Amino acid sequence: MRLNRRRFLGTAAASAALLSSPIAVGQKRPRVVIIGGGAGGATAARYLAKDSDGAIEVILIEPSRTYYTCFFSNLAIGGFQPMSKLAHSYGTLASEYGVTVVHDWASAVDREKKVVRLAGGDAISYDRLVLSPGIDFVKGAIEGWDVTAQTKMPHAYKAGTQTQLLKAQIEAMPEGGTFAMVAPPNPYRCPPGPYERVSMVAHVLKQRNPTAKILILDPKEKFSKQGLFMEGWENHYAGMVDWLTDEFTGGVQRVDPDTMEIVLEDETIKADVVNVIPAMQAGSIAQQAGLTNEAGWCPIVPATLQSRMDENIHVLGDATQNGDMPKSGYSANSQAKAAAMAIRHALTGSRAFKPRFSNTCWSLISPDNGVKVGASYVATDEKIAKVDGFISQNNEDDALRKQTYEESLGWYAGMTADMFG
Amino acid sequence: MRALIPALVLAFGFLSGATSVASAQDIARGERLFNACLRCHDVGKDAKNRIGPHLNGVFDRKAATIEGATYSKAMKRAGADGLRWTIDTLNIYIQNPKNLVSGTRMNYRGMRKEKDRSDLLAYLRQFSVSPANIPEASASLLRQDAPSLHEETYLDGDAEYGEYLSGECTSCHQSSGADKGIPSITGWPQPDFVIALRAYKKGHRPHPVMQMIAKRLSEEEIAALAAYFKELH
Ligand SMILES: Cc1cc2nc3c(=O)[nH]c(=O)nc-3n(C[C@H](O)[C@H](O)[C@H](O)COP(=O)(O)OP(=O)(O)OC[C@H]3O[C@@H](n4cnc5c(N)ncnc54)[C@H](O)[C@@H]3O)c2cc1C
Repeated sequence: MRLNRRRFLGTAAASAALLSSPIAVGQKRPRVVIIGGGAGGATAARYLAKDSDGAIEVILIEPSRTYYTCFFSNLAIGGFQPMSKLAHSYGTLASEYGVTVVHDWASAVDREKKVVRLAGGDAISYDRLVLSPGIDFVKGAIEGWDVTAQTKMPHAYKAGTQTQLLKAQIEAMPEGGTFAMVAPPNPYRCPPGPYERVSMVAHVLKQRNPTAKILILDPKEKFSKQGLFMEGWENHYAGMVDWLTDEFTGGVQRVDPDTMEIVLEDETIKADVVNVIPAMQAGSIAQQAGLTNEAGWCPIVPATLQSRMDENIHVLGDATQNGDMPKSGYSANSQAKAAAMAIRHALTGSRAFKPRFSNTCWSLISPDNGVKVGASYVATDEKIAKVDGFISQNNEDDALRKQTYEESLGWYAGMTADMFG
Repeated sequence: MRALIPALVLAFGFLSGATSVASAQDIARGERLFNACLRCHDVGKDAKNRIGPHLNGVFDRKAATIEGATYSKAMKRAGADGLRWTIDTLNIYIQNPKNLVSGTRMNYRGMRKEKDRSDLLAYLRQFSVSPANIPEASASLLRQDAPSLHEETYLDGDAEYGEYLSGECTSCHQSSGADKGIPSITGWPQPDFVIALRAYKKGHRPHPVMQMIAKRLSEEEIAALAAYFKELH
């Protein structure tokens, strides 16, 4: 199945390895530790293990045995995907690729000693560390809401039980009830995510509860694929969705999970389901390791994804402040491959190539009605910069929209195979 | 009739120098060339679908839209993506069907001579609703792209570089060759792989993601990818 790598160990590669490898002959093989087995971390683990063919020891630290993809979790809410389809395990990474998967929580990074400490008490040293911890919510971003409130007002912005809870709440809404979303400010994970979600909620309510209403309380003046979503809502869910910006509402002042109220400047709204998606920052381990800036994100060197704070650490995915790439699974996957290549080059002297980045985000608006937006990027000295892009058009014909949806199913299969093997 | 004259003059003016006007002789020659197509394609009064669709009104038709005709999955995909038959796309397709649709059912090596294609198309355009609105003969486009679409520079691609580059493909296309929603790209003959990417790069194929990805691939990179994916199956 796989290309036989040994074929490529020609003299050029071999002598390059001798010249530039910092690992002396006889020394044990270099070790890369990866924190977080999501879109960025799992991809990095797989590519490092696969492409170094055993020359690098790869250890992946991830607390969960099952990773639920956030991508397609909105489709699960809409009833287009069973929850079980979102679940992935690390079995193949371990058995086929030789990745050591440690199911534990990284509690601290000692950058001086190059050691990761685990909640379980172990410590693991590294030659290079890869951090792809995703996002956490900014504490106090919305008054009245903290993670203990998530059982009443779910965010469903980390997939799994949160997704199931939100789905169950929507299905249990009283006739003619209100679903309210408190949308996040920029920058946040998956720019079209909240609006794809609204589409899926509208789809469910249209079937089960057609007099119900959907309110989006949004701190932003505009959002990703806005024209396409608005067109879709009008065509498929006319009169159901109200998008209200802060300019109109004065902004969400606080929420009360016990009474299910959202307090605006001049008005209090009571809703049956309140989906709170607070402001975000890099996953807490990145803050702990001192790799974040004032904004709460990790600045990186574009070409290699090395932290600007520590050249032995590469940060991937949502946690980064990279320039132009959006926080998406596709982006994290794309960055992981560039980083894996740079790490292999640094540790084993393998060939280095110019990094290249790309992203596409598909969204489903209604049955067989998919849209997409995407771009290609290059690394400049200062940021990952957009080169070129495209977006679906308004008024596309049904055949194209259906094909775009089917393509998104293909992408999901391809993407998860690329992450987990 | 009269109303057509300005349009014709315009069209000729536009093409002046580039192409000569199809003469009756050219059309007659095109009809003879069409004999090679007849086993699969019918055209003219009461034309029926055969192995391939009938070709009445093919100009400005969206690909894979004739009721009752049998199309490959790849052709349907191309049609949904927005492939339309114009003088240019037809010219490129007839030149080598795999330029535009890798998995086409049209089992035809291609008509390599430009004069042959232009005569053939001159013949076919008569069976369109308003032939006068179709540019006479084509394809400044293909003429300008022909060398790069077909020159055979792809044989010694650097497969190791291709393997690195393939990371950009495998975010969507599966290395197992699975083909659902997104086509398989493993185990292709190199020439097919190369001309497909060139066609996206030039914008002859309609898919926006593929156009974007291919646009920044150099010839060397396309060759590298072709060399890598050929071995993967
Ligand atoms: C509703 C929704 C829809 C989306 N749809 C799409 C889509 O269609 N397409 C797309 O490309 N993207 C989509 N995304 C975005 C995508 O899910 C994220 O951008 C992507 O998961 C980011 O990858 P990551 O590696 O940065 O983080 P994650 O995938 O979140 O992975 C982080 C991992 O790190 C682990 N972790 C965190 N801290 C620690 C620690 N201290 N120790 C050990 N492990 C730790 C976590 O358990 C987690 O498994 C969507 C997101 C949402 C919420």
